[in-house]
Amino acid sequence: MLPFILKRLGLAGLVAFTVSFISFSLLFLSGDPAAALAGETASGEDIEAIRRLYGFDRPMLVQYGEWLFQALRGNFGESYYFKLPVSSLIADRLSVTMTLGVCGITFALLTAVPLGVAAAIRPNSIIDRVALFLSVAGQAMPSFWFGLILIVLFGIKLRWLPPSGASTWQHFIMPTIVLGYYAMPAIMRLTRAGMLEVLNSDYIRTARAKGAGEGRVLFKHALRNAIIPVVSLAAVQMGFMLGGSIVVESIFALHGAGYLAWESIARNDLPTVQALILIFSMFYIIFTFLADVLNAWLDPRMRSS
Amino acid sequence: MSHIQDTVKPLLSVRGLTLDIPLASGTLHAVRGIDFDLHKGETLCIVGESGSGKSLTSLAVMGLLEKNIRRSAEQLNFDGIDLIGASKRQMRGLRGDRIAMIFQEPMTSLNPAYTIGDQLVEALRLHRKVSREKARERAIELLEKVGITAAASRLSQYPHQLSGGLRQRVVIAMALMCEPELIIADEPTTALDVTIQAQILSLLVELTKEMDVAMILITHDLGVVARVADKVGVMYAGELVETGPATDVFGKPMHPYTRGLLHCIPQPGKTKRGEKLGTIPGIVPSLIGDVQGCAFRTRCPHVVEACRGDIPERGQPPHEFLCVHADGARAAEGEPA
Repeated sequence: MLPFILKRLGLAGLVAFTVSFISFSLLFLSGDPAAALAGETASGEDIEAIRRLYGFDRPMLVQYGEWLFQALRGNFGESYYFKLPVSSLIADRLSVTMTLGVCGITFALLTAVPLGVAAAIRPNSIIDRVALFLSVAGQAMPSFWFGLILIVLFGIKLRWLPPSGASTWQHFIMPTIVLGYYAMPAIMRLTRAGMLEVLNSDYIRTARAKGAGEGRVLFKHALRNAIIPVVSLAAVQMGFMLGGSIVVESIFALHGAGYLAWESIARNDLPTVQALILIFSMFYIIFTFLADVLNAWLDPRMRSS
Repeated sequence: MSHIQDTVKPLLSVRGLTLDIPLASGTLHAVRGIDFDLHKGETLCIVGESGSGKSLTSLAVMGLLEKNIRRSAEQLNFDGIDLIGASKRQMRGLRGDRIAMIFQEPMTSLNPAYTIGDQLVEALRLHRKVSREKARERAIELLEKVGITAAASRLSQYPHQLSGGLRQRVVIAMALMCEPELIIADEPTTALDVTIQAQILSLLVELTKEMDVAMILITHDLGVVARVADKVGVMYAGELVETGPATDVFGKPMHPYTRGLLHCIPQPGKTKRGEKLGTIPGIVPSLIGDVQGCAFRTRCPHVVEACRGDIPERGQPPHEFLCVHADGARAAEGEPA
């Protein structure tokens, strides 16, 4: 198991390094950062001055090296717009996003996995149909619309939950449901398909022939094998929730990292955008790594590959 | 063949076992009223072509049929327990403890996520209140018995780290964990290399004899049957067309289908070099809808009008067969009476 983890860790490091370079250089592909920063009315001299001030006149590799060195120490420079250190700016927002992401994926897994298992135990039963309906609805409903419906119903009509903000845990209930419900269908369908396949396999028949009870057959013998693809999917979903919850964050006025990314892109706030891209990518890399390790624990065949 | 008379009470007694599978195109009568008895320590070989209902019969005894298959029988008794009326809980208590099963596919019949040790230990601890340590000791003892070297270190290995032959040995050891009284082995060697087949089979037979376990061995390999069977049941299209002691069935096969099968394998001393082996022309009939008369009549060289009607049971216990011809048309084939 340890060689496997080290190998994956090395691979993750390599991917992280590549991503850091891409995220750094992408911003230079979108035009002259000095000109953008100086604004439309600036003269050529002003632009040159800004170019020198921010060090854009140096070779790109040098700039990258400098940026990476600082980034590794947690220094992402100063936001052009907020005039604050990017690191503290992001740290503030990230806690909101992390809370939302963790709650969202937990909600998705807690609803999707039991539903998927129940649907697989009795294919074409009422439970299976309800699960299918829920997943189709979840896939079809845009999250902004679903979010607004929840706000209207529970925030305004019934007044059970606060419609916007992030100050108490109640504020996170509706965003969690909207974000989690969006991830639920894929997880549910994958759990169902996996369970159906595994339940038809020979080793499940062996377990039954040994005299194992249904609960043991389902949860010890079947689920462990069926859940493997779900782990990989959930890792990607989790990464997506952290980086792509912009819509949900906007609707519920949760000022998280997703919302910050949108603001920074709109304002051409390069250091913030660079840092956010890097951090979001790191999340993907970390979750994929964790998923790989978890899968290797679940399925010993993966450890040797 | 419902009048088998034995002085000792059989361990497993099957009368009129019928399995129906409802399909969109009608009901498939997969197994139609079969009878057999199995005594303690006996080996019964059930032979027949693919689709003749051999595997379904074994799953019916285990209570492991798919939910959509309808099972009925006048009698399905294991040591006085009515398996048809038994509760799920009772069946679970029997499975793996007193009745064990060995499946065809060693490559897929072990759970890939757990070690050999976990799976062996589980087999014992599902039925016996023993410590993990004790169960491990038993597992090691049995792995050694099935001829696995370095048994203790194998316990921490996963199925994918073992060859097919080794895996089938593990499966056999697993079946023996609780010292069952009956083992049902469904083509246990079919998926293995020919060289391994013989080893695994002798091992299985040796162990069942040594531990006095009754065995139902399902196979389509008549060579195997001749070597290991006490009793033989020949299955065709969902019926046991001939049953009897192995020496009788091989020495004097009564049913035309049994003779057809025997002609398909070369016999040392009898089959001449260059001579063509026999084949049975035709295919197994569909068992969907009403099945009347002898199912073998479409392929039988001795078919007469009466084959469409009810087929009488012939012969004397323990050697019986189903045929309209009193001698199973032996005379017509020039066989001695």
